[in-house]
Amino acid sequence: MADHSSQHDPVTGTETTGHDWDGITELNTPLPRWWLWTLYATIVWGIGYTIAYPAWPLVSSATQGLLGYSTRAEVAEDIERVNAQNSEISARLASADLSTLSRDDPAYQFGVSGGAAVFRAHCSQCHGAGAAGAVGYPNLLDDAWLWGGTLEEIEYTVTHGIRNEQDADAHWSEMPAFGEIFSGEEIGMTTEYVLSLSGQDHDAAMAEGGAVLFAENCASCHGEEAMGDPSVGAPSLADAIWLYGGDRADIEYSIINARFGVMPAWGLRLSEEDVKAATLYVHQLGGGQ
Amino acid sequence: MFINWAVVNEMGTQPHSAPRAHMGMSDPANSSLYAAREPIFPRDVKGKFRRLKWAILVVTLGIYYAMPWIRWDRGPELPNQAVLVDLANRRFYWFWIEIWPHEFYFVAGLLIMAGLGLFLFTSALGRVWCGYACPQTVWTDLFLLVERKVEGDRNNQLRLLKSKWTFKKVRLRMTKWTLWLLISVATGGAWVFYFADAPTLLKDLFTLNAAPVAYSTVAILTATTFIFGGFMREQVCIYMCPWPRIQGAMMDDDTLTVAYRDWRGEPRGKARKHDATPELVGDCIDCNACVNVCPMGIDIRDGQQMECITCALCIDACDEIMTKLGRDRGLVDYLALSDEPRERAGNPPRSAWYHIFRVRTLLYTAIWGFFGLALVYALFIRPAIDITVAPVRNPQYVTLSDGGIRNAYDIRLRNKHGEARAFEFQLVGDEAFTLRLEGEDDLNVLVGADATELQRVYVVAPRGSGPAETGRTDLRFWVQDMVSGERVYKDSLFNGKGTE
Repeated sequence: MADHSSQHDPVTGTETTGHDWDGITELNTPLPRWWLWTLYATIVWGIGYTIAYPAWPLVSSATQGLLGYSTRAEVAEDIERVNAQNSEISARLASADLSTLSRDDPAYQFGVSGGAAVFRAHCSQCHGAGAAGAVGYPNLLDDAWLWGGTLEEIEYTVTHGIRNEQDADAHWSEMPAFGEIFSGEEIGMTTEYVLSLSGQDHDAAMAEGGAVLFAENCASCHGEEAMGDPSVGAPSLADAIWLYGGDRADIEYSIINARFGVMPAWGLRLSEEDVKAATLYVHQLGGGQ
Repeated sequence: MFINWAVVNEMGTQPHSAPRAHMGMSDPANSSLYAAREPIFPRDVKGKFRRLKWAILVVTLGIYYAMPWIRWDRGPELPNQAVLVDLANRRFYWFWIEIWPHEFYFVAGLLIMAGLGLFLFTSALGRVWCGYACPQTVWTDLFLLVERKVEGDRNNQLRLLKSKWTFKKVRLRMTKWTLWLLISVATGGAWVFYFADAPTLLKDLFTLNAAPVAYSTVAILTATTFIFGGFMREQVCIYMCPWPRIQGAMMDDDTLTVAYRDWRGEPRGKARKHDATPELVGDCIDCNACVNVCPMGIDIRDGQQMECITCALCIDACDEIMTKLGRDRGLVDYLALSDEPRERAGNPPRSAWYHIFRVRTLLYTAIWGFFGLALVYALFIRPAIDITVAPVRNPQYVTLSDGGIRNAYDIRLRNKHGEARAFEFQLVGDEAFTLRLEGEDDLNVLVGADATELQRVYVVAPRGSGPAETGRTDLRFWVQDMVSGERVYKDSLFNGKGTE
């Protein structure tokens, strides 16, 4: 480095910084002084910021900042504000009679939107995010309902659930495990008859015997035409929808062992408006009656 | 610099350095890496470019302040403000044009046109945007006008700067700053009127009922206007704006830009000397008029330099002097570099149109025009109703109790009319399909004025039909506006049992 006294570049006449590397000198093109001030201002601002807001990491936490700001508190505040905003419409939904609630009522749309959230949080684990269900978990999009598909019936099912000890009003269907009652041949005959109900390939001779067995043992719940009975949770055996599979092996297994699905009583866990919201949501998925 | 006038080297000056940075910088004791701003007091000037700039100032500021107050009747359901950016409802209104968020390509197109327009003007006329139309230039001009009205012209301002803080100085300074502040508040205030109903917002602002964001926006824009227009001025152009660096790449030998005819003016000298030895002295009498009127604080005679915003006030100033002396005007003038050799050889410059009409500018104009026509075309063919179809794919299909296969589609209907309209659905595809709307008994949906409606639509293919048993089948949704008869469609797919 050369000496620090001021020199000038012979070509441009610009002052140099006096720095010299292998004959290359550095021109001094001064920055505006206010630029320097803005740098200092940002430093001061930065220090102030770390004092005012949570910033410095400590051993097991961090400094909290003088303003007491926290993102968690801000979210809580936001939620509180939105809840307060919705309190009126939410109360209206909670006290509404769903079967007479108009679709043009803002409370209806509020319920459907809120119900979608309730469904994702509490129902989708079994019924699926798209409500298409799975083997053993009913598809809520179709037009078949074990316990009825009107708003009133859906609300009852959501509130009290199915086959749970917590709610005395829960739906409770009872199908005997015919493996302990029927002989192997009788089970085979009944299976063939059930296959015939939905128009599947079957052994007509065996089905004839199965029809007698069905009338004596199954029709009381499933109906003489096997159309099912939502009041006792008996599914229709004559349609194309099979909760536990509709081929020969699946039907035989169901007859031998019986099937018992369960569902929590959401009335004990969710608020009234959440239950109604979920009901409205499920009802408008395509199968509501 | 891209254009390097021969005179730059001859004069041995520093086009890259801060304005007047050489003053006091040669003293080693004062040598510093930081330069304080040299106050600039541009003298008032009269002339054709000054008049043009005043006219542009009046027009642009007039548009800016008045635009939000223009009313435009769009019917009872829609805002009646001619120009409104309705962020809350995601609508942009511009007189008879209404832009929805999904039509933002219009705004993108306008920005492309603005960019190309800037290229065009820069390649033809240099930094004409900077010198005449840039808000920084326009508001600084307005602030300078106030400054001159309150404190007097350049010489008075210089005196006032050096004087002690007497009562008079305090009074003048307070008057000036107050006027600046009023302009700044009006400027920041006008901005927010573009985003809400102006008369309502004005009342709300004064009755303290406006949204906090409105006050903070006004406050920030007031501060920036006050500081940028009153105190930072040329510093904004030199240090904050990227345009001076970019524009160098857009100018060429034919670009008309403000320049000094050094071959005519040099060697410069006082008029008295000129009379004694006319053959030794050029036309420039070194009166510094061009320097004194420059809002950037530079000397145009040093050649083209980054700081020059080509405001052309030096042309007016020099012409005034040359007229007084009875000499030809245009010692400082709009010049193209390619004319320099011609003029040095004693020939007249080619016409401005010769420089302006060249391949480059014509190409920019063509591209600019292409985008303009495309936008106008797009504006005319865009439908007043619109749909988007989102097939529900969780699950891909639903088996119904009778064995039929059902697909669901979430269809967003858009009604851009200022009144509610009934839309009718139609399905074109396999004959086996039946169409049903969720929550509706028929195939009609009422969509509110200037609103959208999300409607779930079911398509069912009965058991055993082609679409139900195979994989994918094409289908087309038609939607018809029952009032105007306008129809739009969207294609989609039906998933049958064969879909995997």
